[in-house]
Amino acid sequence: MRWWPVFKKEMRLYFGSPVAYVVGTFFLVISGWFFSQILLFYNMSSMQAAMQPQMAQSLNPTEGILRPLFSNMAVVLLFFMPMVTMRLFAEEKRAGTLELLLTYPVRDGEILLGKFLAAGALYVLLLGLTLLYPGMVSYFARVEWGAVMTGYLGLLLLGGTFLAVGILLSSMTENQIVAGFATFGILLGLWVVGWGADFAGGTLRTVLQYVSITDHMDSFSKGVLDTKDVVYYVTAMAFALFLALRSLEAKRWKG
Amino acid sequence: MIEVDRLTKHYGPVTAVQDVSFTVEKGTIVGFLGPNGAGKSTTMKILSCFMAASGGTARIAGFDVFSQSMEVRRRIGYLPENAPLYPDLPVAAYLDFVAEIKGVPRRARRGKVAEVMERCFITDMQRRLIGKLSKGYRQRVGLAQALLGDPEVLIMDEPTIGLDPKQIAEIRALIRSLAGQHTVILSTHILPEVSMVCDGVIIIHRGRIVAQGTQSELVEQVFPTSRVAIEVGAPAEAVEVALLGVPGVLRVAVQETRDGAASFVVEASRGHDVRGDLARLVTSRAWPLLELHQVGMSLEEVFIRVVAGEEAAESAESVETPTATAEVA
Repeated sequence: MRWWPVFKKEMRLYFGSPVAYVVGTFFLVISGWFFSQILLFYNMSSMQAAMQPQMAQSLNPTEGILRPLFSNMAVVLLFFMPMVTMRLFAEEKRAGTLELLLTYPVRDGEILLGKFLAAGALYVLLLGLTLLYPGMVSYFARVEWGAVMTGYLGLLLLGGTFLAVGILLSSMTENQIVAGFATFGILLGLWVVGWGADFAGGTLRTVLQYVSITDHMDSFSKGVLDTKDVVYYVTAMAFALFLALRSLEAKRWKG
Repeated sequence: MIEVDRLTKHYGPVTAVQDVSFTVEKGTIVGFLGPNGAGKSTTMKILSCFMAASGGTARIAGFDVFSQSMEVRRRIGYLPENAPLYPDLPVAAYLDFVAEIKGVPRRARRGKVAEVMERCFITDMQRRLIGKLSKGYRQRVGLAQALLGDPEVLIMDEPTIGLDPKQIAEIRALIRSLAGQHTVILSTHILPEVSMVCDGVIIIHRGRIVAQGTQSELVEQVFPTSRVAIEVGAPAEAVEVALLGVPGVLRVAVQETRDGAASFVVEASRGHDVRGDLARLVTSRAWPLLELHQVGMSLEEVFIRVVAGEEAAESAESVETPTATAEVA
């Protein structure tokens, strides 16, 4: 498999340049901030619950801490993932290195896979570091680890889809800014489109709900593993990567 | 080793290359010569399997660049114009990446990388970031990556562009040293480069091949006569008549007359050295012979003649049928 050298090269470029560190630092600081705020709020709610026993029944750490944390992290990812992927092809196109890369004895798909997996590996690493948060919660309260893992699986699928869309856009332009903004725009659009479902009826409502990229995250963060949501992310990811492959192929015809 | 047959490439309505055909023998260095925008880079991009042609075929080592692209790619080393590299990688790490992606086995990789660095004189630079290197060193790194994997065919697009004279000389010597083991096709718009480095020449202009062959073949083709410059201390008219009497002389043109001396260019049929006869004639008339030498027909003159000829022919044609020509690098 020739994706391995491409993967290694991309990892080297992520960690040899400030990209990985800058994205990593801000991602962890901001998600850490969310975590501390959520924790403080939960703490306050617990105090109140101690005085009002009927309120205590609806209180549990999975619902009260992890679920809002996951949905907040999904929003943070929306801002950060485009910056991880925007350079992957755009930079190589601008510098002309893609021309050289495409003449090596590797298939276009292997180049794409190497780049996607490199971005994915960086993301998994960042996500892995956030495991500290549920770890800390488990120190003070009983955590349902099954629900935590489902939530992380959801974040993994969601982030992977963000990355795939980002790679697609990066393969379509040689301008990194354009690639980054277009990715952000599309992902934001796929997110807010779900809000329209509240005012729509019938089939449109179902369609809007299904298309919304973060709505599918919700069941994961509740600890529910729904095939419908898994299928949504996996197909979206595969479709974006397929289009990226086509876009690389088109480059061979246009020059 | 390289067989190109009626290769054509259109970029939208623009035709960059039209019906280009040529062959390159194994172990030779061929120069692809043409003014900017003639279609040199386009041809190279197709040969290197980066880009698909609109028509025609190209085969390298017997494999078609389109349908058997993987086989071709295993056998070529490509240096695109301006040697695009990753500025954030150190030289050795970059070359290791290239060796791995070209399928050099893990155990041999370190040795092969060291070998090409040695060959391109970049061993001292191996830990430096490519982005911090001077243009000349970057070009050498580009050449080193092309050499990795011992390709049979090397395709180099303007390998000496943007270098200083010393670096140009070094790169040329390096390319020259590749002849024999590798088949090299390089493009350039610098004429002396072709004379110095290449065995054969292909002149391309506005997407078409206008002349090809070895350098001496081209000179013969374009200038069927040999020329001799002579200066004699005697009246021009008398000398001209006398010179025309020498066997083999086809034409005599007066260049300059001054102080009772005159200089001429004598054209004689090729393979007929008239210098001895001319000298004997002049001395037998007791005229002082001031200068006598063969006028060298350089590739530059061939190029100018061929390209100018094409342009003249084309402008005559284009009065009736304006043709779209390309200015794509």
